[in-house]
Amino acid sequence: MNAPPTINVSLIVRLVLLGLVAVIVQTTAISQISLLGVSADLTPLIVASVGLLAGSIPGAIMGFGMGLFVDTALVQTLGVSSLLLTLVGYGAGRLLEVRDPSNTLVAIAVGAAATAVSQIGFALIQFLLGVDAPVSFLLVREILFTIAVNTVLALPVYVLVRRVVASALPEDPRRRRARRASSVAGGLSPLSQPKAPRRRRRGLRAT
Amino acid sequence: MYDKQVRRRRAILALLVGLSLILLTAYFGESIGGPLKTIQRGMLEVLSPIQEGASRALKPFKDLTNWVGDTFDAKDRANRLQKERDALRKQVIGADQAQQENAQLKRMVNLDANKDLALSTYKPVTGRVIARSPSLWFTTITVDVGSSDGVRDNQPVVDGSGLIGKVTDVTSDAAIVTLITDHSSGVSSTVQRINDSGILQTAAGNPNDLLLQYLPPKSTVKVGETVVTSGTKSSRLDSLFPPGIPIGTVTKVDPEELNLYQRVHVKPFADLRRVDFVQVLTRPHSRLVVAKASTTSTP
Repeated sequence: MNAPPTINVSLIVRLVLLGLVAVIVQTTAISQISLLGVSADLTPLIVASVGLLAGSIPGAIMGFGMGLFVDTALVQTLGVSSLLLTLVGYGAGRLLEVRDPSNTLVAIAVGAAATAVSQIGFALIQFLLGVDAPVSFLLVREILFTIAVNTVLALPVYVLVRRVVASALPEDPRRRRARRASSVAGGLSPLSQPKAPRRRRRGLRAT
Repeated sequence: MYDKQVRRRRAILALLVGLSLILLTAYFGESIGGPLKTIQRGMLEVLSPIQEGASRALKPFKDLTNWVGDTFDAKDRANRLQKERDALRKQVIGADQAQQENAQLKRMVNLDANKDLALSTYKPVTGRVIARSPSLWFTTITVDVGSSDGVRDNQPVVDGSGLIGKVTDVTSDAAIVTLITDHSSGVSSTVQRINDSGILQTAAGNPNDLLLQYLPPKSTVKVGETVVTSGTKSSRLDSLFPPGIPIGTVTKVDPEELNLYQRVHVKPFADLRRVDFVQVLTRPHSRLVVAKASTTSTP
């Protein structure tokens, strides 16, 4: 089990800017582009990527902040998106802390799961809040298509988020994994490695 | 040390989830002028210029992506449009004749003046769509016209194809338009040919499928018929929407569904996912309406 990465000022600034730009691009452009009859929703993908890279606490805080911003910017019921995205960010972060997945393709599965939690959770909360809508096949199809479109976009979004936040992370996940792999394979840490025997200089021996 | 980390992590999660639930509960039980809604309106005021700039900057990207999508289904669309054109050509010939007859009849019963007055009380204000909700549930768009342009709550919003929704929130420079596909929307509508009225509501999850509900039990509505707003002529219960605005065509009439639930399926004329410009039908001041009424009634 890995210790959660600490949060520094540079990381906070980058995450805030990432969240602001992402929500504005989402509302002004991505939401107006139709793919398979649905629009992609980048917010769960970005929050899940942050969780996967930075850990559960930054993931949860990013999810809460971004959800609040989405709900405020779009004049929706406050708290719904923040609740769901907090859980998405926390879940992705816990995956990093418990399993520390090294395969980049994990980002695709996590993106699909994050979108599913966000879409299905949103539907459930709307029903709980008393929205009078039939649970139709079309609704299920729309949710499934959104998950499919987001799954395709999950990897590019993850790579983009990694580019933005990687240099601000206390420890790059790839370097940490490489070091851990070398230690597991039998290598010792640089501190405990035995020193190589010194060669005597020929000059000294000759005297 | 480990326990401390776990406790801290759980405490943060509980705090964030608790905050979300408190916000949700407070927002849901709050009145229209409540503090959270005021904060949202303030944020909209701040964000609308940014969203407008971003919308303009990202328009080429949106157009390119939509163009690629359009290219794929261009052939199907061309075939469909050719069929529609042929059908419409026939209808136009019939409609020209009907229009002439209609004008004569109107003059005969002296209704023309009243109709014109009802329509002239609306002043269209054109706005650009600067943001839209990605959610299936809140089908809203943000437009760059607000109270400074005369836009007020509950005013009808149309585009070139017909009705698209109504204004539900206004700041000085922007307005939120709730589309007719939103779950909270209900439009009093009429099937034009047979004059059967009902309430048009959304079938959640599909923006191209609306339900015209509460039709008369023995309605003879058919596929392809046009649905328009009913409006009202009562001064006490004035409708939000003026009568006769086109909404869509009937796409499915299931006799069983019609008998049991008194409803049919309607496809809106407007492509609500790709609306770029809209017109808000603003009302001029009531004194102007009265003044106009007096001038039109003067011989």
